Amino acid sequence: MTARIQVPAKAKRGEVIEIRIAIQHPMETGFRFDDGGRAIPKNVVNQLVCRYNGVEIFRAEMGSGIAANPFLDFFTVAEASGELVFDWVDDQGQTGSERAALTVTG
Amino acid sequence: MMVRWLLRGALVTAFALHCAAGHAQQAVRPQPLKSGLDFTGPEVRELQHDDFANPGMLWISRGEALWQEAAGPGRKSCAGCHGEAKTGMQGVATRYPRIDEGSARLINLEGRIQQCRESRQQAEPFKYESAELLALTAYVAQQSRGMPMSVAIDWQNRHNFEAGRAMYYRRMGQMNLSCAQCHQDNWGRKLGPETISQGHGVAYPIYRLEWQTMGSLHRRFRSCLSGVRAELMPQGSPEFLDLELYLAWRAGNLPIETPGVRR
Repeated sequence: MTARIQVPAKAKRGEVIEIRIAIQHPMETGFRFDDGGRAIPKNVVNQLVCRYNGVEIFRAEMGSGIAANPFLDFFTVAEASGELVFDWVDDQGQTGSERAALTVTG
Repeated sequence: MMVRWLLRGALVTAFALHCAAGHAQQAVRPQPLKSGLDFTGPEVRELQHDDFANPGMLWISRGEALWQEAAGPGRKSCAGCHGEAKTGMQGVATRYPRIDEGSARLINLEGRIQQCRESRQQAEPFKYESAELLALTAYVAQQSRGMPMSVAIDWQNRHNFEAGRAMYYRRMGQMNLSCAQCHQDNWGRKLGPETISQGHGVAYPIYRLEWQTMGSLHRRFRSCLSGVRAELMPQGSPEFLDLELYLAWRAGNLPIETPGVRR
């Protein structure tokens, strides 16, 4: 699973920073049928968690209403230098992970 | 009286046919040239211009990884021969489709990548429309982003160009419509809720929101053909390549936009 994350490399302590993540995923709704008339099983990224130095700061539980290649955008407060780790899993049990370093000054 | 009436009818018909034929002979560009982006809404434009939010960038990232990935028995990668795509592939997409020197056949960017993969890397070629081929094509085309198309018609590709032009003006399918009737004669007007674009291929492969994925220009051709209920040719077929060449010429000096986003 290809994914892209955007986290500012540097921030001041207490600054509100924007974090963006895009995951390449078909987000199959479970409502579609293939050319042979067979139902295509539902397969969506059902959970995404972001941890900042081990502390969970963001969690998304997604369903069939989310479009393919989900794009999420949220904010957090820069507190200390460290790492943001993203983990997600889809209905077929496939997992994905991305990480980014953040340097906090001041 | 009857004979005169018939004769006049025949003359009028002949004149109308002559005009229609005369019109069909012309290879013309729409004036002024407008990118498909000009016919979309502000949200779509914003999505394409945001290099992070643009969903096509996911395919670009994948293409970037594939560019470095060794394949085939010789474990060769694209980067092994061509070096960095940022320098080596700059401007390449503006010159496609073009005549392949070896086979003397018209090939597009997808075809060139496939050919490299088969003959140089000796690896299994990707399927047309596969995620891998779309990713690599988009990655290579993106290196020419902002550069004007520069396809020249000469003695080598004239035959393909003429075939493409003929297809562009040929009425097709149960709806009996040609490409030109919408995209040349009526661009800017409404077809249902959609504004008809000039139908340029400079943003391909594109992320189409309707498809919820990346797709090639040939996939778009098939969507149009399906819309006029005509026979669908397979992606990569010679007819589609000829049409792609005609469109590349028709796009004049419009800049490449890959990865484009459209509704």
